Amino acid sequence: MSDPKIEGYVFKPGFKGMAQDTGSDQTMFKGVHWGKAMMWIFLLSDTFIFSCFLISYMKGRGSTLIEWPNPSEVFALDAFGVPVPLLLIAIMTFVLITSSGTMALAVKYGYEKNRKMCGWLVLATALGGLTFVGMQAFEWSKLIHEGVRPWENPFGAPQFGSFFFMITGFHGTHVSIGVIFLFIYAYKVFAGHYDEEKRGWFTTMKGNYVEIEILGLYWHFVDLVWVFIFAFFYLW
Amino acid sequence: MDETKKKEQASTHKIGIYLWIWGLLFVLSFFSYMVDWYQFQGLLRWSLILIFMFLKAGLIMAFFMHLFWERYALVNVLLWPMTAIACFIFLMVAEFEYTVFTRLFYFVVGGQ
Repeated sequence: MSDPKIEGYVFKPGFKGMAQDTGSDQTMFKGVHWGKAMMWIFLLSDTFIFSCFLISYMKGRGSTLIEWPNPSEVFALDAFGVPVPLLLIAIMTFVLITSSGTMALAVKYGYEKNRKMCGWLVLATALGGLTFVGMQAFEWSKLIHEGVRPWENPFGAPQFGSFFFMITGFHGTHVSIGVIFLFIYAYKVFAGHYDEEKRGWFTTMKGNYVEIEILGLYWHFVDLVWVFIFAFFYLW
Repeated sequence: MDETKKKEQASTHKIGIYLWIWGLLFVLSFFSYMVDWYQFQGLLRWSLILIFMFLKAGLIMAFFMHLFWERYALVNVLLWPMTAIACFIFLMVAEFEYTVFTRLFYFVVGGQ
């Protein structure tokens, strides 16, 4: 992709290219689709939001004198009468990684203009995300039935509930928004909007498969955040 | 004709790399679940959790989010702000240690 506003710009790799890209009194990230640059900026700010949640969780868990509930017992699930630690969380992790992989392949096939493969893979990603949200709803209702509230719980330190609902709830919201967009984009791919360069609903710009990459960045970020939540909230 | 085809293929990567990363992510997730399964405790548990977490995050960012192939301008804009988060973590560790100290001092010992 080339930016028509910047004539004669040739991209150079490495630090030389970086100096040229940032210090030439022109647009930064020359030749990059604006949506992709803006998605990265958004993801950077979202990183800060999730970091603040996880850091406040660290501070809350570190400063309480009451024992923290043991996550591998709280999130255990009975399978054939035997309690398996973190069973549902492990399945959720695998589902999310599966959907991340299908998304990466969808981006690849999108750039190869393989409409059918790209569409099916985006759809598979959406179904994976939907499964994840469903299992999270099950997990929430199970804990609420067991008496976990933002202000109290039967397992230990009362802060546990507020951090759990806040962090997983915010992540689940991200997944839900992602699923809605994945379904919309699956439709757009199948309908051939990117092959015909059809304009979107709120924009006069022509459709392009780079939009699938932008959607992919968001989806991989959701998976990335789950990696940190899984490590710090469920395993620690 | 051949030249345009070549150009199009230059912007995409071989399917093998994605499948490898995908497989590695599954293996690493399995390992991090095993950390809980075998109930490792203490420093071993925390270091294993952190190692698997950073490996997974690095693989996702580098290959699935294409940062490995991106221009340095973007990579630097994204990664340098992470030092601010690291600073914030150190500040809050000092803060919770101080909170624990005051709670122990006033609630348990009674401030004497």
